Amino acid sequence: MLDVLIVDDSAAIRKILQRVLRQAEIPLGNVYEAGDGVEALATLRQQSVGLILSDINMPNMDGLEFLTKVRAEQAWQSLPIVMVSTEGTQAKVLEAVERGATGYVRKPFTAEQIKEKLACYFEK
Amino acid sequence: MTRSPKTDMTSAANGITQAELVEAINAATHEVFSTMLNLELTAGEVFVEKEEAAPASGVVSLIGLAGPWVGSGSLSCSAAFACRIASQFLLTEYNAISEDVLDSVAELTNMIIGNVKTALENRLGSMGLSTPTVIYGRNFQTRSARNQEWTVVPFTLDGERMCVQVCIAPNTDSNAQLPRPGFPVPHVLNV
Repeated sequence: MLDVLIVDDSAAIRKILQRVLRQAEIPLGNVYEAGDGVEALATLRQQSVGLILSDINMPNMDGLEFLTKVRAEQAWQSLPIVMVSTEGTQAKVLEAVERGATGYVRKPFTAEQIKEKLACYFEK
Repeated sequence: MTRSPKTDMTSAANGITQAELVEAINAATHEVFSTMLNLELTAGEVFVEKEEAAPASGVVSLIGLAGPWVGSGSLSCSAAFACRIASQFLLTEYNAISEDVLDSVAELTNMIIGNVKTALENRLGSMGLSTPTVIYGRNFQTRSARNQEWTVVPFTLDGERMCVQVCIAPNTDSNAQLPRPGFPVPHVLNV
Protein backbone atom coordinates (compact mmCIF):
# COMPACT_ATOMS: atom_id res chain seq x y z
CA MET A 1 0.00 0.00 0.00
CA LEU A 2 1.36 3.41 -0.97
CA ASP A 3 0.55 6.56 1.01
CA VAL A 4 0.21 9.68 -1.13
CA LEU A 5 0.50 13.43 -0.44
CA ILE A 6 -1.44 15.76 -2.77
CA VAL A 7 -0.22 19.39 -2.77
CA ASP A 8 -2.42 21.95 -4.53
CA ASP A 9 -3.94 25.26 -3.47
CA SER A 10 -7.20 24.22 -5.13
CA ALA A 11 -9.37 22.04 -2.89
CA ALA A 12 -11.27 21.07 -6.04
CA ILE A 13 -8.16 19.62 -7.67
CA ARG A 14 -7.20 17.81 -4.46
CA LYS A 15 -10.67 16.22 -4.43
CA ILE A 16 -10.47 15.25 -8.09
CA LEU A 17 -7.00 13.71 -7.78
CA GLN A 18 -8.04 11.82 -4.67
CA ARG A 19 -11.14 10.51 -6.45
CA VAL A 20 -9.08 9.40 -9.45
CA LEU A 21 -6.63 7.57 -7.19
CA ARG A 22 -9.40 5.89 -5.18
CA GLN A 23 -11.21 4.75 -8.33
CA ALA A 24 -8.05 3.34 -9.90
CA GLU A 25 -7.36 -0.27 -9.06
CA ILE A 26 -4.10 0.45 -7.30
CA PRO A 27 -2.80 -0.44 -3.83
CA LEU A 28 -3.53 2.98 -2.33
CA GLY A 29 -3.05 3.65 1.39
CA ASN A 30 -3.65 6.96 3.13
CA VAL A 31 -4.04 10.15 1.11
CA TYR A 32 -2.86 13.38 2.76
CA GLU A 33 -3.53 16.89 1.46
CA ALA A 34 -1.67 20.21 1.65
CA GLY A 35 -2.56 23.62 0.21
CA ASP A 36 0.99 24.84 -0.45
CA GLY A 37 4.64 23.92 -0.04
CA VAL A 38 4.81 25.05 3.58
CA GLU A 39 1.91 22.82 4.61
CA ALA A 40 3.34 19.99 2.54
CA LEU A 41 6.73 20.13 4.31
CA ALA A 42 4.96 20.12 7.68
CA THR A 43 2.92 17.08 6.62
CA LEU A 44 6.04 15.26 5.39
CA ARG A 45 7.70 15.75 8.77
CA GLN A 46 4.76 14.01 10.45
CA GLN A 47 3.75 11.37 7.92
CA SER A 48 5.75 8.97 5.83
CA VAL A 49 4.47 8.92 2.24
CA GLY A 50 5.56 6.99 -0.83
CA LEU A 51 4.49 9.45 -3.53
CA ILE A 52 3.83 13.20 -3.83
CA LEU A 53 1.66 14.91 -6.44
CA SER A 54 2.35 18.65 -6.45
CA ASP A 55 1.10 21.72 -8.25
CA ILE A 56 3.63 24.46 -9.17
CA ASN A 57 1.79 27.80 -8.84
CA MET A 58 0.79 28.05 -5.18
CA PRO A 59 0.88 30.78 -2.52
CA ASN A 60 3.43 30.89 0.34
CA MET A 61 5.76 28.30 -1.18
CA ASP A 62 5.39 27.22 -4.79
CA GLY A 63 5.91 23.71 -6.11
CA LEU A 64 9.42 24.28 -7.44
CA GLU A 65 10.68 25.68 -4.13
CA PHE A 66 8.97 22.81 -2.32
CA LEU A 67 10.70 20.37 -4.67
CA THR A 68 14.10 21.91 -3.94
CA LYS A 69 13.53 21.77 -0.18
CA VAL A 70 12.43 18.14 -0.32
CA ARG A 71 15.47 17.12 -2.33
CA ALA A 72 17.74 18.93 0.11
CA GLU A 73 16.71 16.47 2.83
CA GLN A 74 18.69 13.23 2.81
CA ALA A 75 15.68 11.13 3.82
CA TRP A 76 13.52 12.36 0.92
CA GLN A 77 16.02 12.34 -1.92
CA SER A 78 14.51 9.29 -3.64
CA LEU A 79 10.87 10.08 -2.83
CA PRO A 80 8.89 10.15 -6.12
CA ILE A 81 7.37 13.58 -6.85
CA VAL A 82 5.07 14.11 -9.83
CA MET A 83 4.27 17.71 -10.73
CA VAL A 84 0.65 18.36 -11.83
CA SER A 85 0.49 21.86 -13.30
CA THR A 86 -0.88 24.18 -15.95
CA GLU A 87 2.73 25.21 -16.61
CA GLY A 88 3.38 23.44 -19.88
CA THR A 89 6.46 24.92 -21.51
CA GLN A 90 9.46 22.70 -22.10
CA ALA A 91 11.57 25.09 -20.04
CA LYS A 92 9.30 24.72 -17.00
CA VAL A 93 9.17 20.92 -17.31
CA LEU A 94 12.98 20.78 -17.59
CA GLU A 95 13.34 23.05 -14.57
CA ALA A 96 11.10 20.74 -12.54
CA VAL A 97 13.07 17.67 -13.64
CA GLU A 98 16.39 19.39 -12.85
CA ARG A 99 15.10 20.17 -9.36
CA GLY A 100 14.20 16.53 -8.83
CA ALA A 101 10.69 15.88 -10.18
CA THR A 102 10.24 12.27 -11.28
CA GLY A 103 7.16 12.90 -13.42
CA TYR A 104 5.02 15.68 -14.92
CA VAL A 105 1.32 15.86 -15.73
CA ARG A 106 -0.06 18.92 -17.46
CA LYS A 107 -3.47 20.31 -16.50
CA PRO A 108 -6.07 19.70 -17.88
CA PHE A 109 -5.75 15.95 -17.46
CA THR A 110 -7.99 12.92 -17.83
CA ALA A 111 -8.33 10.22 -15.17
CA GLU A 112 -6.65 7.83 -17.61
CA GLN A 113 -3.62 10.10 -17.98
CA ILE A 114 -3.21 10.26 -14.20
CA LYS A 115 -3.52 6.49 -13.82
CA GLU A 116 -1.07 5.88 -16.66
CA LYS A 117 1.53 8.32 -15.28
CA LEU A 118 1.29 6.94 -11.75
CA ALA A 119 1.03 3.22 -12.53
CA CYS A 120 4.80 2.67 -12.28
CA TYR A 121 4.91 3.97 -8.69
CA PHE A 122 2.29 1.48 -7.53
CA GLU A 123 3.87 -1.49 -9.32
CA LYS A 124 7.06 -1.36 -7.25
CA MET B 1 -18.23 50.89 -21.91
CA THR B 2 -16.93 50.72 -25.46
CA ARG B 3 -17.26 47.53 -27.41
CA SER B 4 -15.71 46.97 -30.79
CA PRO B 5 -16.37 43.93 -32.90
CA LYS B 6 -13.40 41.83 -33.94
CA THR B 7 -11.83 43.76 -36.80
CA ASP B 8 -8.31 43.68 -38.18
CA MET B 9 -7.05 41.82 -35.12
CA THR B 10 -3.45 42.72 -35.83
CA SER B 11 -1.60 44.50 -33.08
CA ALA B 12 2.03 44.82 -34.03
CA ALA B 13 2.79 46.68 -30.82
CA ASN B 14 1.72 43.62 -28.90
CA GLY B 15 4.06 41.23 -30.68
CA ILE B 16 1.15 38.88 -31.23
CA THR B 17 -1.89 39.37 -33.35
CA GLN B 18 -5.28 39.48 -31.74
CA ALA B 19 -6.22 36.51 -33.91
CA GLU B 20 -3.42 34.51 -32.26
CA LEU B 21 -4.63 35.55 -28.83
CA VAL B 22 -8.20 34.55 -29.71
CA GLU B 23 -6.96 31.22 -31.05
CA ALA B 24 -5.05 30.58 -27.81
CA ILE B 25 -8.13 31.42 -25.69
CA ASN B 26 -10.38 29.25 -27.85
CA ALA B 27 -8.04 26.26 -27.84
CA ALA B 28 -7.39 26.43 -24.08
CA THR B 29 -11.07 26.87 -23.16
CA HIS B 30 -12.27 24.04 -25.39
CA GLU B 31 -9.52 21.71 -24.13
CA VAL B 32 -10.20 22.42 -20.45
CA PHE B 33 -13.97 22.07 -20.77
CA SER B 34 -13.87 18.91 -22.88
CA THR B 35 -11.13 17.22 -20.81
CA MET B 36 -12.12 18.16 -17.27
CA LEU B 37 -15.91 18.60 -17.63
CA ASN B 38 -16.82 16.58 -20.71
CA LEU B 39 -18.68 19.66 -21.99
CA GLU B 40 -18.49 21.12 -25.48
CA LEU B 41 -18.86 24.90 -25.65
CA THR B 42 -19.85 26.98 -28.66
CA ALA B 43 -17.65 30.02 -29.26
CA GLY B 44 -19.43 33.29 -30.06
CA GLU B 45 -18.34 36.48 -31.78
CA VAL B 46 -15.15 37.94 -30.34
CA PHE B 47 -15.14 41.60 -29.32
CA VAL B 48 -12.81 44.13 -27.76
CA GLU B 49 -13.70 45.98 -24.58
CA LYS B 50 -11.86 49.27 -24.36
CA GLU B 51 -13.23 50.79 -21.22
CA GLU B 52 -14.82 49.54 -18.06
CA ALA B 53 -17.40 46.83 -18.49
CA ALA B 54 -21.05 47.38 -17.65
CA PRO B 55 -22.06 46.44 -14.10
CA ALA B 56 -22.42 42.69 -13.89
CA SER B 57 -23.75 40.03 -11.56
CA GLY B 58 -22.45 36.54 -11.09
CA VAL B 59 -18.95 35.13 -10.73
CA VAL B 60 -15.71 36.63 -12.04
CA SER B 61 -12.39 34.88 -11.60
CA LEU B 62 -9.24 36.95 -12.25
CA ILE B 63 -5.62 35.93 -12.76
CA GLY B 64 -2.58 38.17 -13.26
CA LEU B 65 0.20 37.59 -15.78
CA ALA B 66 3.61 39.21 -15.39
CA GLY B 67 7.07 39.11 -16.89
CA PRO B 68 8.33 40.87 -20.02
CA TRP B 69 4.59 41.16 -20.75
CA VAL B 70 1.91 41.95 -18.20
CA GLY B 71 -1.84 41.64 -18.09
CA SER B 72 -4.77 39.73 -16.74
CA GLY B 73 -7.12 36.97 -17.73
CA SER B 74 -10.60 36.32 -16.46
CA LEU B 75 -13.57 34.02 -16.68
CA SER B 76 -17.03 35.40 -15.96
CA CYS B 77 -20.38 33.68 -15.86
CA SER B 78 -23.72 33.61 -14.06
CA ALA B 79 -24.10 31.95 -10.67
CA ALA B 80 -26.19 29.23 -12.30
CA PHE B 81 -23.50 28.47 -14.85
CA ALA B 82 -20.82 28.43 -12.12
CA CYS B 83 -22.91 25.86 -10.22
CA ARG B 84 -23.29 23.78 -13.36
CA ILE B 85 -19.58 23.64 -14.14
CA ALA B 86 -18.70 22.93 -10.50
CA SER B 87 -21.23 20.08 -10.44
CA GLN B 88 -19.64 18.61 -13.54
CA PHE B 89 -16.10 19.19 -12.22
CA LEU B 90 -16.60 17.63 -8.78
CA LEU B 91 -19.40 15.19 -9.70
CA THR B 92 -21.54 16.66 -6.91
CA GLU B 93 -24.79 18.59 -7.37
CA TYR B 94 -24.50 22.31 -6.50
CA ASN B 95 -27.55 24.57 -6.66
CA ALA B 96 -26.09 27.61 -4.92
CA ILE B 97 -22.74 29.36 -4.78
CA SER B 98 -20.44 27.77 -2.20
CA GLU B 99 -16.71 27.47 -1.47
CA ASP B 100 -16.57 24.41 -3.73
CA VAL B 101 -18.24 26.28 -6.60
CA LEU B 102 -15.94 29.31 -6.32
CA ASP B 103 -12.88 27.08 -5.99
CA SER B 104 -13.93 25.12 -9.08
CA VAL B 105 -14.35 28.31 -11.13
CA ALA B 106 -10.96 29.53 -9.88
CA GLU B 107 -9.22 26.30 -10.85
CA LEU B 108 -10.83 26.17 -14.29
CA THR B 109 -9.72 29.78 -14.86
CA ASN B 110 -6.23 28.83 -13.73
CA MET B 111 -6.15 26.00 -16.26
CA ILE B 112 -7.52 28.11 -19.13
CA ILE B 113 -5.37 31.20 -18.58
CA GLY B 114 -2.39 28.99 -17.69
CA ASN B 115 -2.69 27.25 -21.04
CA VAL B 116 -3.14 30.57 -22.86
CA LYS B 117 0.06 31.73 -21.15
CA THR B 118 1.90 28.59 -22.26
CA ALA B 119 0.72 29.13 -25.84
CA LEU B 120 1.96 32.74 -25.81
CA GLU B 121 5.26 32.21 -24.00
CA ASN B 122 7.14 31.05 -27.09
CA ARG B 123 6.52 34.46 -28.59
CA LEU B 124 6.42 36.71 -25.54
CA GLY B 125 8.90 35.12 -23.15
CA SER B 126 8.36 33.47 -19.80
CA MET B 127 5.56 34.89 -17.62
CA GLY B 128 4.46 34.27 -14.06
CA LEU B 129 0.87 33.50 -13.17
CA SER B 130 -0.82 34.67 -9.97
CA THR B 131 -3.24 32.45 -8.11
CA PRO B 132 -6.87 33.29 -9.00
CA THR B 133 -9.06 35.78 -7.16
CA VAL B 134 -12.78 35.03 -7.40
CA ILE B 135 -15.51 37.63 -6.97
CA TYR B 136 -19.16 36.74 -6.55
CA GLY B 137 -21.91 39.30 -6.20
CA ARG B 138 -24.38 41.64 -7.87
CA ASN B 139 -23.91 44.90 -9.68
CA PHE B 140 -20.13 45.09 -9.65
CA GLN B 141 -17.62 46.33 -12.21
CA THR B 142 -14.07 45.32 -12.97
CA ARG B 143 -11.70 47.44 -15.02
CA SER B 144 -8.03 47.53 -15.85
CA ALA B 145 -6.21 50.22 -13.91
CA ARG B 146 -3.92 50.61 -16.91
CA ASN B 147 -6.84 51.23 -19.25
CA GLN B 148 -5.95 48.38 -21.56
CA GLU B 149 -8.05 46.66 -24.17
CA TRP B 150 -9.62 43.34 -23.31
CA THR B 151 -10.05 40.67 -25.95
CA VAL B 152 -13.30 38.96 -25.01
CA VAL B 153 -14.31 35.53 -26.27
CA PRO B 154 -17.90 34.58 -25.35
CA PHE B 155 -18.93 30.94 -25.15
CA THR B 156 -22.38 29.41 -24.78
CA LEU B 157 -23.65 26.11 -23.48
CA ASP B 158 -27.37 25.31 -23.60
CA GLY B 159 -28.27 28.99 -23.68
CA GLU B 160 -25.98 29.97 -20.79
CA ARG B 161 -23.14 32.37 -21.55
CA MET B 162 -19.60 32.54 -20.21
CA CYS B 163 -16.82 34.94 -21.23
CA VAL B 164 -13.07 34.36 -21.21
CA GLN B 165 -11.07 37.54 -21.66
CA VAL B 166 -7.45 38.57 -21.67
CA CYS B 167 -5.59 41.87 -21.78
CA ILE B 168 -1.85 41.81 -22.26
CA ALA B 169 0.79 44.40 -23.17
CA PRO B 170 4.55 44.84 -23.07
CA ASN B 171 5.89 45.51 -19.60
CA THR B 172 7.27 49.02 -19.42
CA ASP B 173 8.22 48.75 -15.76
CA SER B 174 11.84 47.62 -15.58
CA ASN B 175 11.45 46.85 -11.87
CA ALA B 176 8.35 44.73 -12.38
CA GLN B 177 8.13 41.53 -10.40
CA LEU B 178 6.07 38.40 -10.78
CA PRO B 179 2.48 38.81 -9.57
CA ARG B 180 1.83 38.17 -5.91
CA PRO B 181 -0.36 35.15 -5.41
CA GLY B 182 -4.00 36.13 -5.19
CA PHE B 183 -3.56 39.68 -6.46
CA PRO B 184 -4.01 39.93 -10.21
CA VAL B 185 -1.91 42.78 -11.51
CA PRO B 186 -3.87 45.71 -12.84
CA HIS B 187 -7.40 45.55 -11.50
CA VAL B 188 -9.88 47.78 -9.82
CA LEU B 189 -13.15 46.51 -8.44
CA ASN B 190 -16.13 48.85 -8.09
CA VAL B 191 -19.04 47.62 -6.02
